[in-house]
Amino acid sequence: MMDHHTQPAHVLHELQFKTPLQEYSPEVRQLVFDYTLQLADTSLILSHRLAEWCGHGPILEQDMAMTNISLDLLGEARNLYQYAAELEGKGHTEDDLAYLRDAVAYKNPLLVEQPNGNFGDTVLRQFIFDTFHYFFLKELQNSTDHRLAAIAEKSLKEASYHIKWSSEWVIRLGDGTEESKKRMEAAIDELWTYSGELFEATPTEKALQELDIIPDYTSIKAEWDKHVAQVLQEATLALPQDQWMQSGGKYGRHSEHLGYILSDLQYLQRTYPGQKW
Amino acid sequence: MNKKEWPLWEVFIRSKQGLDHKHVGSIHAADAEMAILNARDVYTRRMEGVSIWVVESSHIHASNPEEAGSFFDPANDKVYRHPTFYVVPAEIKNM
Repeated sequence: MMDHHTQPAHVLHELQFKTPLQEYSPEVRQLVFDYTLQLADTSLILSHRLAEWCGHGPILEQDMAMTNISLDLLGEARNLYQYAAELEGKGHTEDDLAYLRDAVAYKNPLLVEQPNGNFGDTVLRQFIFDTFHYFFLKELQNSTDHRLAAIAEKSLKEASYHIKWSSEWVIRLGDGTEESKKRMEAAIDELWTYSGELFEATPTEKALQELDIIPDYTSIKAEWDKHVAQVLQEATLALPQDQWMQSGGKYGRHSEHLGYILSDLQYLQRTYPGQKW
Repeated sequence: MNKKEWPLWEVFIRSKQGLDHKHVGSIHAADAEMAILNARDVYTRRMEGVSIWVVESSHIHASNPEEAGSFFDPANDKVYRHPTFYVVPAEIKNM
């Protein structure tokens, strides 16, 4: 993938070298493969959304902040796709997995494919995700799967910055001007319904949780609730009541947005197969 | 200036090699905390820094370029002010 800035080749090798592929039964291996892809898809799609801001940010400083976060997520996605390709063992590369799968094969939650909207919408989408991502990676570091644990440890440093960035912005926009507050309220109305899917375990996730390969979401949800409530309060924004939540992305049932993202993202590789950076 | 525009901040970064914070440029931000985040995003992307200072540009007072002659020229012919006549002991680092 076209990302030599965040992930020089030696970093990937280092992760591979430190953590050789574990012995799994074919069934467990399939589960870990499916789940690793789900994580990779999630980071890739959100990375792409943030990259769409490149050159369009409200000010230069935030243009760069969003593309920096985008590159962090792209680096994480690369590590995950590469691990998935190894697990699959069919000779596919990270590029095949990212660029040659159709929308139904993508397992990212619906939240990350939602359109950028205005800056406030993007900040809120990022805040919902970053808070999940941060507390999730903290737990995933303890995974019995050494490679996932190593990837989590590496990405956590970046995620710690992301959660700070988006939390500070939620506070400043919520407790900002009348206009910025109105926009943040609209963003919450629009996006809150996609937050539940992050914590909804699919059969794959449940099986992996029982095997202690991935963390249970209960405690992560509690940390998420706490942080979100704290930030919204400081932002003078109302915490939404429990409500009906959208889901489906983790099963490959996506909104129409994902198709457009993939046609952008995959165009080059599908038109000129086998191109390399 | 448009009143809705964020104030300008000057950014100083201390690099791994250096002991001092060096001026690297400026950024816009609504407050000090955001200024530090922005400075991080704009000026430390290539592992440049280990520490960041920001100061609102309006707090910096500068000498007047028109007075440069009277300010700086008198030092030109006072070469004896340079401590070039001393040998720096090898133990002294960072001179």
